[in-house]
Amino acid sequence: MEMERLYPLPNPNSQPYWDGLRERRLMLQQCGECGTIRHYPRPVCDHCFSMEVEWVEATRRGTVHSWSESHHPFHPSFKADLPTMFVTVDLEEDVRLVGILRDPEVTLRVGLPVEVRFEDAADGAFSIPILVADRSGGS
Amino acid sequence: MANGLFEKGAITGIGETAYTRGSGKSDIALQMEASLKAIADAGLKPTDIDGVIPYAAGAAVAEDFITNFKLPDLRFSATTPLGGASCVAAIQAAMSAVAAGLANHVLIPIGRNGYSGARIGSRVQQMPQFRVVGEYEMPLGTLAPAQLYAHMARRHMEMYGTKSEQFGKIAMTVRNHAAMNDNALRQEAMTLEDHQASRMIADPLRLFDCSLESDGGAAVIVSASERAKDMASKPAYIMGVGEGHPDSPSTITQRDDMTTLGTAKAAPRAFEMAGITHKDIDVAEIYDCFTYIVLCQLEDLGFCAKGEGGDFVASTNFAFDGDLPLNTHGGLLSQAHIVGMNHVVELVKQLRGTAGAAQVKDAEIGLVTGYGDMGDGTVAIMRA
Repeated sequence: MEMERLYPLPNPNSQPYWDGLRERRLMLQQCGECGTIRHYPRPVCDHCFSMEVEWVEATRRGTVHSWSESHHPFHPSFKADLPTMFVTVDLEEDVRLVGILRDPEVTLRVGLPVEVRFEDAADGAFSIPILVADRSGGS
Repeated sequence: MANGLFEKGAITGIGETAYTRGSGKSDIALQMEASLKAIADAGLKPTDIDGVIPYAAGAAVAEDFITNFKLPDLRFSATTPLGGASCVAAIQAAMSAVAAGLANHVLIPIGRNGYSGARIGSRVQQMPQFRVVGEYEMPLGTLAPAQLYAHMARRHMEMYGTKSEQFGKIAMTVRNHAAMNDNALRQEAMTLEDHQASRMIADPLRLFDCSLESDGGAAVIVSASERAKDMASKPAYIMGVGEGHPDSPSTITQRDDMTTLGTAKAAPRAFEMAGITHKDIDVAEIYDCFTYIVLCQLEDLGFCAKGEGGDFVASTNFAFDGDLPLNTHGGLLSQAHIVGMNHVVELVKQLRGTAGAAQVKDAEIGLVTGYGDMGDGTVAIMRA
């Protein structure tokens, strides 16, 4: 069976996030009323229920929350990239992000500081977040 | 209202097709075959069915049952779109319908070609329940349940010291039960070494931590209790039911505590409704799409505290003649992946005393769970 590559399916709520990745900026939704930052993009602030939205650029710094290394080719378009280490990160902005680890030297642990970078996917059709260890100091 | 739906309904009929890899039948035919068996088991005619809850993500809709069974007056239909938690959620919905007098006999069918039919692809990405992970995670290449759920298992291991060998014990126990069941796909013995040597799928989940892809159908009938006592087969009275959705239900990675499932909200409701404690449970059929999900549910059900699942698994005998008989049919891991309806059917068999070689002696009260769609949890407690 022919398997299509999976592309993001942006909508008006999420287009600025995907545009930001292309521009090498990690953009997050911020409530226009109470200032709470949320992710993934969605229409309503779950703190004050406002639908006013602003977009802010994140620091791209966070720590490892969990991870999983994929070995099985569930979809042919990702087979060449296996094994792939998917990491869930607690960003400084108190939301989570999933990225692919592109740092073969690093040994993962909960709390490990990481930095978000960017990579083009699917022949440049869109860009995705990738992760490397944050070696800038700190914890 | 403390007792809610307590014993307002009972499961009066059960039916299963052969479980295979390559059924040669359509999804709808599998559902009709299982449904006709359940109807016959209940001593009913197809035209007695006046309620139906088709599988929300399946091929058949309520109208298919009206057409195939020439139902004169289907009075109640609903769907419960909770993935693998759907079947037990449907029991709760059926209980509500019979308790309110909306219907007398509600059919809950499921059936699909999970092995020979369509696999993951763009169709799955665009299903409403996967829309959020479909947009933000699947385009990175993390799209299958094993990949998405592995983050929960890894977090549990890192926070609580849970071990792959503890997952292995669950896989081995369930395999042993499958070996006692003629309608189970995997019957060869599994050792801990086999489990540890099975290939990595999505670390920490190995092949033998994953359920099977299989073809088949299963169905049950929920009837109003006052009708159940006069029907053809011994009813399994439903003492308690519960449905729970985790925080951040659509994405595991955004969940504050990714080691807690919706089961943690559902279970206290089900136990309170049933008016029993965990010590009263003679047999447990726990949704086992992955071994880790069983361990996590044992915590969220309250058999042990959060974080103690690893030690609880290591110290408990889950065999049919052990401390807490678990998945006595072989489960999704080794019997077949029939979206947990095979768990419901098995619990009813256990309470009737017709479960065959893995019959739990004097089983009077049992529990069945569903789990799915990134963390929804459902629980039903039944008695003979």
